[in-house]
Amino acid sequence: MDRADTSARIASVLAPFNKKGITVTDGTSFAGDLEWDSLTVMDFVAAIEDEFDIIISMNQQAEIETFGQLVDAVTKLKG
Amino acid sequence: MTEPATTQAPVASGDLFDKFDGIIETRRALLATGVEDPFNLVMEKVLSPTVAMCNGRETILLGTYNYMGMTFDPDVIAAGKKALDEFGSGTTGSRVLNGTYAGHRAVEDALRDFYGMEHAMVFSTGYQANLGIISTMAGKGDYVVLDIDSHASIWDGCKMGDAEVVPFKHNDIDAMEKRLRRIPEGAGKLVVLEGVYSMLGDIAPLKEMIAIAKSYGAMVLVDEAHSMGFIGPNGRGVAEDQGVLDQVDFVIGTFSKSVGTVGGFCVSNHPKFEILRLVCRPYVFTASLPPSVVHTAATSIRKLMHAGDKRAHLWENSRTLHAGLTERGFKLGTQTPQSAIISVIMPDLERGAAMWEALLHEGLYVNLARPPATPAGMTLLRCSLCAEHSADQVQTIIGMFERAGKATGII
Repeated sequence: MDRADTSARIASVLAPFNKKGITVTDGTSFAGDLEWDSLTVMDFVAAIEDEFDIIISMNQQAEIETFGQLVDAVTKLKG
Repeated sequence: MTEPATTQAPVASGDLFDKFDGIIETRRALLATGVEDPFNLVMEKVLSPTVAMCNGRETILLGTYNYMGMTFDPDVIAAGKKALDEFGSGTTGSRVLNGTYAGHRAVEDALRDFYGMEHAMVFSTGYQANLGIISTMAGKGDYVVLDIDSHASIWDGCKMGDAEVVPFKHNDIDAMEKRLRRIPEGAGKLVVLEGVYSMLGDIAPLKEMIAIAKSYGAMVLVDEAHSMGFIGPNGRGVAEDQGVLDQVDFVIGTFSKSVGTVGGFCVSNHPKFEILRLVCRPYVFTASLPPSVVHTAATSIRKLMHAGDKRAHLWENSRTLHAGLTERGFKLGTQTPQSAIISVIMPDLERGAAMWEALLHEGLYVNLARPPATPAGMTLLRCSLCAEHSADQVQTIIGMFERAGKATGII
């Protein structure tokens, strides 16, 4: 799957969670820049999982801190 | 890196306790309001399963999980005293070495009879039962699918076992199914559920969830810590009540609630179950329970098999308290009484602590529960009823809630 397509789809899923209206780039971090708490992270991960019909386990989530890392991980999971 | 070390950003102080600064400050701010410390209560004397002297006051206990009131049962006490005399104060050893006494076998026999299952394995605490069973069964490459509101011991068991951990939204059957469907073919799958979720006191739709888990070839573990002795025709828990106990691969339970002492267990019909005694580290690498504890537990479990009248009275207490608090305007964790836990939702930690203190001054102890133990960042006053609470005590409790609620502006 094309990385740019994946990035755009993730961005549209993310939009309603971006309450502070931050400009999101590959370097944007979920905890630091978006200031999400664990409950928001959980809801967002569930939304991404449903959008792409994948599982992002807690173990994998631990390695994903930024938007770019998430795009890479989803691209890889979709093969 | 080729830059000299001197140009690096200054390192933090190096005090490993710095990570606790947030919680230290929250606690300081709470105590600075002058409230009695909710997490440092001492019971100087325990008069019965439902009354104790707390911080110098005679207090009704409504936050003990002592659901069936077995802690002062004369037969249970006698069994413990006899075991102390005959077997001494402790085993000083692991179950697989010198730590299995007649009483450990007796309590495992009692559990097999109580649940009608082939195998029973007793751990030193309920926490260790979840930690040991989950971490040992679900290893690297396996998947654990679990409810997001699962108890800390379940989460810790997942982490220790190195399996892929996949949580789903609380009690959401559809969310659970989606995750099971996405697991790669051939991977081992364990679905972990609880009968009663202890924070809000709500029960799980086990019948529907277990049917789906089985259709995806998953094994199913149900933690019935908060339902044993009370829910189900024989007190075997929510799975029994919903008619699906025979579909559950592993039931986890505890002695520190309805049984009235301390310890944890797993019961199962799995043909290879006994091998866990050799490979489960939280079972092997710790001392076994003291003889007095396993003898009190065995006696208590056998009495709980014939406790139909107590179960009926406990349900009556739960319904009365739920209705009474609802009528007086409190916001509760469940629309209907589903278990022996009635959870009262507080607007925030500060007012929750004020209400907790007001209740304590009235002579009532409840649990103050707050994040991260609670779901959705809630502050809760968690009430757990006992079969030994009299109908009069329950009315007294409702009156205490009404006065404290008005005094603190909660209602």
